[in-house]
Amino acid sequence: MSTLVIAEHDNSSLKVATLNAVAAAQAMGADIDILVAGANCGGAAEQAAKIPGVGKVLVADNAVYEHQLAENVSLLIADVGAAYDNIVAPATSNCKNSMPRVAALLDVAQISEITSVESADTFKRPIYAGNVIATVQSSDAKKVITVRTTAFDAAPAEGGSATVEAVSAVHDAGISSFVGEEVAVSDRPELTSAKIVISGGRGMQNGENFKLLDGIADKLGAAIGASRAAVDAGFVPNDMQVGQTGKIVAPDLYIAVGISGAIQHLAGMKDSKVIVAINKDEDAPIFQVADYGLVADLFNALPELEAKL
Amino acid sequence: MKVLVAVKRVVDYNVKVRAKADGSNVDLNNVKMAINPFCEIAVEEAVRLKEAGTATEVIAVSVGDKSCQEQIRTALALGADRGIQVETDGPVEPLVVAKLLKGVVDKEQPQLVILGKQSIDGDNNQTGQMLGALANMPQGTFASEIAVDGDKLNVTREVDGGLQTVSLNLPAIVTTDLRLNEPRYASLPNIMKAKKKQLDVYTPQDLGVSVTTHLTQIKVEPPAERKAGIKVADVEQLVDKLKNEAKVI
Ligand SMILES: Cc1cc2nc3c(=O)[nH]c(=O)nc-3n(C[C@H](O)[C@H](O)[C@H](O)COP(=O)(O)OP(=O)(O)OC[C@H]3O[C@@H](n4cnc5c(N)ncnc54)[C@H](O)[C@@H]3O)c2cc1C
Repeated sequence: MSTLVIAEHDNSSLKVATLNAVAAAQAMGADIDILVAGANCGGAAEQAAKIPGVGKVLVADNAVYEHQLAENVSLLIADVGAAYDNIVAPATSNCKNSMPRVAALLDVAQISEITSVESADTFKRPIYAGNVIATVQSSDAKKVITVRTTAFDAAPAEGGSATVEAVSAVHDAGISSFVGEEVAVSDRPELTSAKIVISGGRGMQNGENFKLLDGIADKLGAAIGASRAAVDAGFVPNDMQVGQTGKIVAPDLYIAVGISGAIQHLAGMKDSKVIVAINKDEDAPIFQVADYGLVADLFNALPELEAKL
Repeated sequence: MKVLVAVKRVVDYNVKVRAKADGSNVDLNNVKMAINPFCEIAVEEAVRLKEAGTATEVIAVSVGDKSCQEQIRTALALGADRGIQVETDGPVEPLVVAKLLKGVVDKEQPQLVILGKQSIDGDNNQTGQMLGALANMPQGTFASEIAVDGDKLNVTREVDGGLQTVSLNLPAIVTTDLRLNEPRYASLPNIMKAKKKQLDVYTPQDLGVSVTTHLTQIKVEPPAERKAGIKVADVEQLVDKLKNEAKVI
């Protein structure tokens, strides 16, 4: 059995999500190769080669893969992946975009966002916003899988020495192109891999008030997240949304401030180790999942919390 | 241009779905059903394109048993011109839905197909992309803004790092994210009018697709329960608990 893991990276370096996917691939018990598709992505490939237990790193380095356009990348993955039993990718926005295309090209199902590997063909995955966990068995000879990164501890990043091989095939579908991007730049840790996350909801009232979270995040080395209501209202950008349809996080500590605790929000954070809720409504559903609940007006509690840390 | 919108019948998003005690499936007895919220956004976007004069016709399609005609009627009440039901015995896998939609695309030749990015029951996030591959069309997934520009479509997408804009050759696929638009409510007169709009029914055979099964659901179970926590009296106690009990700061 052999597994091809699709790397998530920014060309110069590998993202942690790749290590979570490798961990899931290891649980499947097959030999692992990694595919790095990008442009000038030698840096990412070098890091991939250091992951212990990886046989080969295949590098498709070409301008057509620079922005991970799904139309091009899916053709490449289906081509390279033809030789493997499993194709496994982290459930990042890039891989969610391209992997179903890969599955359709190979005429197999995709098993989305697995949270555990039960056997070589059987997996668990959350459905209905995580209110139910389904165990599914695949009858496809080739399995296309995305991995919920928070469910698998990252594999070690160092210690291996895989061989690096170039993939010469260039797949340019020629039907889409990259126009531009607005990427949030922040000195804070990434939301999905931070050890501590503090999120604000509609209770924050406006974007300016999110600054109340800054000082606390600085002191704790935390990432800042938000509820959908806060994003929809324009307080903060979309990449901060935690939930069923936003980012899934599972930090050691999650602090929800002015967030009511809708099912869809809980779906994105209820696997956090410790949950703190600060809300002025003592009946807010968020308190049902919080280890420590503080019934208080956030405008008093946040400055006090910052001062006491 | 002609716009095809896919809609799915799902459990209403306010319902907290539970696994049956015997773990055989989720308990959907007497729960409220609705159009998948992302599909509703897709319908709204198509109708806006029509109102702007960009789209000439909006066709709403759903795959499922007869009950999904209710959601097609909802789409028609929101402004779609006609409906298509592809009749299956209950739910089918995303790959099969994508093949059936490909069959409809071949028949109707739309310039744009708009779908929700995921349905809130299976949370698969696959169908639009699979249709893209099968129909060899480009895709703008997780869209928060779309703009037709001659024979191209610009799509702004919500991605992990922020926003990305891509340019797609038409015909193209769009899957909606939450901030693409805010769907309108259907007015009573429009609900009445929708009852008279054309609704064609196809079988998978009509579209040359065989309904295959690739995945078997072996069981369903509730997620690990979190045990109820405590309320702290004040910020001081909170900080103390986090430091000395939970040891997370
Ligand atoms: C298809 C779909 C997908 C969705 N996906 C997501 C998702 O991914 N993520 C997500 O978060 N939501 C999602 N939602 C939305 C979700 O249903 C809720 O509407 C949303 O989470 C509510 O956000 P909120 O808790 O910030 O706002 P509200 O529910 O309005 O809660 C605000 C809270 O702030 C408290 N508050 C107000 N003022 C103060 C104060 N001064 N001090 C202390 N507390 C205060 C209030 O008591 C209240 O509990 C989705 C919905 C749908 C339909």
